[in-house]
Amino acid sequence: MEATQQEVLTAPEEQQAIELSGSAALLEALIIEGVSTIFGYPGGAIMPIYDALYDYKEKLNHILVRHEQGGIHAGQGYARSSGKVGVVFATSGPGATNLVTGLADAQIDSTPLVCITGQVFAHLLGTDAFQETDVINITTPVTKWNYQITDATEIPEVIAKAFYIARSGRPGPVLIDITKNAQIQKFAFKGYTPCHHIRSYRPKPIIRPKFIEQAAQVINEAKKPFILWGQGVILGKAEKEFTAFLKKSGIPAAWTIMGVGAIPTDHPQNVGMLGMHGNYGPNVLTNECDVLIAIGMRFDDRVTGRLDKYAKQAKVIHLDIDPAEIDKNVQTHVAVWGDCKETLPLLTQLIEEKQHTEWLEKFNDYARQENEALIDAELHPQTGEMTMGEVIDQLNQLTDGDAIVVTDVGQHQMVGCRYAKFNHTRSNITSGGLGTMGFALPAAIGAKFGAQQRTVVAVIGDGGFQMTIQELGTIMQSGVDVKILILNNRFLGMVRQWQELFNERRYSFVDIQSPDFVQVAKGYGIAGKTVTEREDLQSSLKEMLSNPGSFLLEVMVTKENNVFPMVPQGCSVSEIRLK
Amino acid sequence: MSSQDILPEGKQEFTITVYTENQIGLLNRIAIIFTRRKINIDSLNTSPSEIDSIHRFTIVINETEDVVRKLARQIEKQVEVLKVYFHTNTDIIWQEMALYKVPADMIAEKAPVERLLRENGARAVVIRKDYIVFETTGHREETENLIKVLQPYGLIEFVRSARIAIIKDSEGFNAKLREFEQREPGEEVSENEYLNQRDKVFTM
Repeated sequence: MEATQQEVLTAPEEQQAIELSGSAALLEALIIEGVSTIFGYPGGAIMPIYDALYDYKEKLNHILVRHEQGGIHAGQGYARSSGKVGVVFATSGPGATNLVTGLADAQIDSTPLVCITGQVFAHLLGTDAFQETDVINITTPVTKWNYQITDATEIPEVIAKAFYIARSGRPGPVLIDITKNAQIQKFAFKGYTPCHHIRSYRPKPIIRPKFIEQAAQVINEAKKPFILWGQGVILGKAEKEFTAFLKKSGIPAAWTIMGVGAIPTDHPQNVGMLGMHGNYGPNVLTNECDVLIAIGMRFDDRVTGRLDKYAKQAKVIHLDIDPAEIDKNVQTHVAVWGDCKETLPLLTQLIEEKQHTEWLEKFNDYARQENEALIDAELHPQTGEMTMGEVIDQLNQLTDGDAIVVTDVGQHQMVGCRYAKFNHTRSNITSGGLGTMGFALPAAIGAKFGAQQRTVVAVIGDGGFQMTIQELGTIMQSGVDVKILILNNRFLGMVRQWQELFNERRYSFVDIQSPDFVQVAKGYGIAGKTVTEREDLQSSLKEMLSNPGSFLLEVMVTKENNVFPMVPQGCSVSEIRLK
Repeated sequence: MSSQDILPEGKQEFTITVYTENQIGLLNRIAIIFTRRKINIDSLNTSPSEIDSIHRFTIVINETEDVVRKLARQIEKQVEVLKVYFHTNTDIIWQEMALYKVPADMIAEKAPVERLLRENGARAVVIRKDYIVFETTGHREETENLIKVLQPYGLIEFVRSARIAIIKDSEGFNAKLREFEQREPGEEVSENEYLNQRDKVFTM
């Protein structure tokens, strides 16, 4: 829908100009860009846009959030589940500054967003006017692009540019700050032409066949090749191309938490999760493979552990759309610049069809060891309090891997990512790079609006839930159907785990008290219950999933359970601990 | 001991040349790339380039080649940046300009002005009753040398410009444009419109 809209437009010079306010021109532009849902919060400096929105209620569904941070995380959830650009409105000053966390989150996780902020009148800029902040300078480091509009005539061109930049190449957040006079000002609107080209912006680097040939040669000569894939596969909509590459190459593949779901969890070559709390095999064998093929991932420090001991024996092939990612953390042997949707088929064509059975079996061996030492006890405990893992396992059985799982940040996030099953792409939504607590509840609201036919389960810790708990109000008012699964261990669990392992159990301010979550939900008109006994878990999850609207299920889990395996900070990936 | 000798291991002076759109806020976007890595910019100049509407930043830093290469990629990633080059001092011709204000009476009475100016390639740009302003252009060591010479005569004020640099061997950015123009000539098209076909103009 986003790109095809241009067909209904005539070129600006052929159209008769109509007089519109800057605000109306903005909304017209959004409609042509295919926007149907906006998350936002009004305020003085964005009032003209909200006034215009009153006339567009039929075409633009505006979701009133309870805090701008909730608004932008909802926009992120929407973008991640739908593959479209998330749109967020906020007013000037505090409204705009409340977007900063979400912008930073979207920037590091490459999420396409267009945020529109109101700004004081142009003649007041720089005078410390009421609710004025220098939002352009504040947001520069955390946006892919930003721009301040001070004249309504700039609106069509700048909005077109904003959408093009947000969604093309490596996606990212764009912020457009519009002064109040530009929102009010009437001008001759000559139509809207979506942008497909900017002189100084090249979203995709040129594909260089020479390097694809080199990469194919290295892969063909490899005895123990290993694939690491990240969100680039999903952002590039290259799931099919990736599956074809896997099939022909026969190479085992492991994922970053941003990449999970690009292929089904039970794909025979999927050997699990990378990184600090990833699986045993992929971490250990990273330091044994002879060729490492990184696809659309950026070698985050949570994935690599100690860089000076990371895959030193391997030739590294890195496929990425962003040339700045190549050699940033890990030195590559062959760099394949480009959109992996285009480069993967070229590579697949040149590689020999192979089976790496023995090598793959080595991963399976490690998986068996991990199962025996750890996973079985985590997913199927017979005694004691419930574990986070068994809750996720039960959820898998009931959703059959078809749900969108939105996780917050902390222990439950790692457990969720490790154990949730996915059959479909765009099913795991989490704050990967920034690690933003408070992300999941609003992101789940957005995710549901972005994929209304799918079940959305927000898996949240008791700490993170309280960071954006006010978004229960958004659920109440919009009637969105989000299943909220709180894994309550009465601790800020991940920090507590680190304190236990590395700070001699000095539990400094991690013992967090929570309100009666079910009563809080009830106050917002949301049904809910608390589960304390294992025997009630499955029926309660069923009740949550079959409830016609939103439902909050709080599960009381073991207080001091740790997430393992773990690569302790400062260690190499092969030093991963099972206990 | 020259300034090169005291640099930390592996670091040397690099001149980064950035071709950009003439856009408000871009200076900040580029500066942030250095500040977030805690890299000090020794000198920064912005000016129009040889191509209409394209601006040119000349940035001098002391860093390792590996860091400079990564910085260049991060800068080139910015939406309004067209191209980034980086060079060591052996690859470029550069100049800095310096102004020196000295009391007129001291100079007139005591300094061997003619010799001083000749030896330092300086010239007087303002001569007033109370002070004289000299100007020199050259490398850092050259402009610094005149400070030492003028100090005993009561140097009142000194200012040095940022470095400007021309690439020695490469024909640089403009050549790529001209090559493209020869290969695919257009009718009454300005240089900027060739830039609209970036993929054919640039290699990365």
